[in-house]
This record gives sequence, structure tokens and C-alpha cells, in this order.
Amino acid sequence: MSVGERDPFTGHQTTGHEWNGIKELNTPVPKPVYFFLITMGVFALGWTLLMPSWPYGTGYFKGLLGVDQKQAVARSIEEATAQRASWMIRIEKEDLAQIQSDTDLMRTVREDGRTLFGDNCAACHGANARGNKGFPNIAESPMLWGDNPQTVLQTVTAGINGADPNTRVSQMLAFGRDGMLTQEQVSQLAGFVTSLSDAATITDTNKEDIAKGKDLFATNCVACHGKDAKGLVESGAPNLTDQYWIYGGSRGDIYQTIFSGRQGHMPSWGARLTPAQIKIITLYLLDLRKNEAGTTAGGAS
Amino acid sequence: MFNFHYRLERNAIGFVLAIIVVASIGGFIEIAPLFTIDETVEKAPDMRVYTPLEVAGRNIYIREGCYACHSQMIRTLRDEVERYGPYSLAVESKYDHPMLWGSKRTGPDLARVGGKYSNDWMTAHLNNPRDVVPESNMPAYRWLLRNQLETADLGEHLAALRAVGVPYTDDMIANAPKDAVGQANPDTDLATGVTERYGEKTDVSLFDGNQGSVTEMDALVAYLQVLGHLTGAAHTTPQNEVE
Repeated sequence: MSVGERDPFTGHQTTGHEWNGIKELNTPVPKPVYFFLITMGVFALGWTLLMPSWPYGTGYFKGLLGVDQKQAVARSIEEATAQRASWMIRIEKEDLAQIQSDTDLMRTVREDGRTLFGDNCAACHGANARGNKGFPNIAESPMLWGDNPQTVLQTVTAGINGADPNTRVSQMLAFGRDGMLTQEQVSQLAGFVTSLSDAATITDTNKEDIAKGKDLFATNCVACHGKDAKGLVESGAPNLTDQYWIYGGSRGDIYQTIFSGRQGHMPSWGARLTPAQIKIITLYLLDLRKNEAGTTAGGAS
Repeated sequence: MFNFHYRLERNAIGFVLAIIVVASIGGFIEIAPLFTIDETVEKAPDMRVYTPLEVAGRNIYIREGCYACHSQMIRTLRDEVERYGPYSLAVESKYDHPMLWGSKRTGPDLARVGGKYSNDWMTAHLNNPRDVVPESNMPAYRWLLRNQLETADLGEHLAALRAVGVPYTDDMIANAPKDAVGQANPDTDLATGVTERYGEKTDVSLFDGNQGSVTEMDALVAYLQVLGHLTGAAHTTPQNEVE
């Protein structure tokens, strides 16, 4: 092994290692490699000077550019708020009827409301607000707690059986499970309730049971659902004579509802959304209901 | 200068020392951010620990790979803050071992999903997402409602978490299996124990809608409903103030 030995053919130095008579040339590192190594090193050093980087004892170097993500997001939200300020201030100040009568403002409400509804309400009520089993159709059916704008606003803010102290509270009792009615009685009652919205279910064989169900209804159900079974908005009890059912309108579904009770839950959105956002959602929904009613009426004529 | 390594390569001790120096630079870069941890992790005196049922739900969340499609990290971007709420703070993941921030969103971020939807919806949606959201492409996790939750070993899970710094008391560890059952069965004696040990704000509900048995659905829904509610720090830290 000899250091500094030169290869006679190329003139390069060898590494001095020899394998069975073969020696390795010690060619120099290509110049571009040094170039990129140094450029990258300088760039990295410069970057650490510009951005938050080097720690020291109790803190860290904040960088010459003063980049701070928390402030950046605060600034961009402030900009966004300023952009929306022209119409948002009117939503905040004006009452619902005033906003509804302003077609320009309602256009903005429809646009913004679509996004808010899609992100917050559509999961349960569906993107078209027509609901799913267990979650009410709020596009077409009568509203459980009334569809007066102020009432809807209150429902969205406080929720139903929610966490808010002012939440609306409503519960369908478990007449069968808790032993208030026998299984036979629940069955008779289910037959009667089914017949309210679908008279075709009344046959000669079940007429008597339905009559018994009617008596049971008068003693057990009228307090919440009303004498005519058309529901009471004061107690959030649904109309049982129409075609809209939250938990299904078949005889089996109705039996299940009477037997085990129901207690739906709508979160209290006041804790998550701003009052203006809730106003927008309310107005969006009322507008959507008006359009649904319009198309249905138009289709019928 | 370029021939310095010829000399280094011929000196065994010197070469070993040089390797140690170079390798420790990499280590230092990884460790250095921890020097300023007091400044990066916010204080949250109201922070509570996960209850045994929530720990079980978290384990199911990991088992089913929910983190592969859902993140739990609201970034400091305008669109995320406007959609999901205040951006995530480091302190909110203080008791997460491992953290489940995730890096991919096929579904939405879940960092603040707690309380956004009802237990009924969570149960229906996990059982089969298409039942409530027809356009959803999330898989159906039907076995969650069928599988009884394994509660016997929850004390050991809590003890393991205590070993890495989660402040569980001996009382909490001893009563873990009972508390898991209690949290899913309101108005029972077991439920009282849960609020005594974990605070009045603990969500004691029929998560899967059924009294009595405790299913994996109970655990997962309990966990999802507490996301973003361990501390109110993110809501009190001024987020929209420009200094």
C-alpha cells in the first residue's frame, strides 16, 4: 500500500487500496457537487434567519420576516370580516321581516346560508332539508314547534332536548315499555294512528280494534297531540294526520314509537354559531320552505 | 481544505468523534423544539382527562383506522377556522398518546365535532352512513352496535396512560370498568360515580340509544362527542386579535 501513488495511464492518484492487483482511482469530487452543496447551505442558513428558528435557553429566534401563523390567520379573518361587513352589519341589526323584504340582501343570505346549512344542518336534515328516518323533513312538513320566523330562530339557537338551559324539551313516552299500556292496547292504538293518515288501512276485521284505539288515544295522547291529532306546537308534538313521519309511518314503525317512545335531539347551535349565522340559517330555511311550497303548488296546478 | 478528510480517515478515535458530532447535530435539531415547550404548549387549567369509556372509544377509533380519512387538527388557515371553529392548540392533544392529528382528509376534520350532531345521528351514521347522508362514501361500521365493549382491561389502559403522564388517580384506575358501564347508562348508581370522578360536565348518555348493555358504539360515540371539549382553551385564547 502506497499513498500518493499515481496511476501511469490517467495521471490520477490512487486511493492506495489494492484488490487482486486492481487499484482504485482517487478522482476528485465533481465541481457541481460542491457548488450545490454550498448554495444549499447558504440558502438554508438564510432561511433560518428569515423564519422562526434557532432556540436559545428560554425562547427562540423569531426570524427577520416576523412570520407568525397565528397572527396571519387572525389578519386574514379580519380581512374577511371587513369584506362581509357591509351586509353582515345589516343582518345583525335588522329584524327578520326587514331582511326578508330586501331582495338584494336575501340573495346574499341564500348564498351564505347554503354553505352554513350544508356544513351544519345537512348531516341530519339532508342537503335538500327533506330529512331522513329519525330526522325531520324541514323543507315541506309542518314545523314541530311552529314556523314563525322568531320561533324557528329560537329552535335553532336553543336546540331541542339540547344542552342549552332554554332548550325546547319534548318527549314521546314509552307507553309499552314503561307499562302504561299493554301490548294489545299499543297495537290497537297503532292501528288507529295509522288509520288517521291512511284511511285505506281500515278493514272490516280491524274496525273494532281501531275503535278501541280511538278511545285509548282520547285518554292517553290528546294532551300532547291535540283532540284532532293534528299536533300542538306548544309541546312540539307532531301532526299525526298528515303524510310526514319522522320515524316512519308504517303500522310497524308507529307501534315501535308508541311502545318504546321517542326523544329526538337537536344540538343547541347558539353555542357553536354566531347569532348572525343563526339568523342566516333561519332565513335560508324559511326561504327554502317558501320555494318548496311554491313548486308543490305550481306542480299541482 | 478538501484534503482534511484524508487525515481524519487515518485517525480512528478522531473519526469516531467526528461521527458522533455529526450525528448529534441531527439529534439536536429534533430535540431543540422541546426547549421552548413552555412557550408552545398553552396553559389549560380546565383540561380534563378522557373517561374510561372515551379511552375505549379512542382505541376503537385507532383500531378502525378512522385517522386515515379524518384529521383532528384545525390549521391556522381562514377557511378552516371559519368552517370548523378555533384552530387547534397544542394543549388540546396533551393527553393524547399517541396523538391522532392525522394528515389526510377524505372526510371532514373531527377536532371539534363533539356536540355538533346528536348521539342518534352519530349512531345511525356509523352504522351505515348512507342512511343519513346518501352521498357519503364512508364505510359502514355495523359491527360496532353488535359488539359488546371489552371493559375488564380498561383499568390497565388507564394505568398505561398514567405511566406516560396522564394524571389518572388510583380511584379512577380501580373503577375504570364500572365507570365505562356507568357513562353509557344514565340514572344508575354507576353513572353517579362517573360524574364524581370526572366532573359534572362529563357527558353521561345512552350513546347508542340502548339502556343496559355497553357496546363498542357507545364507546366510539362517547369519544367523538368529547372531541374539542376536554378544555375550552381554544375558545378563550384570543384567535382573531392582531397584536
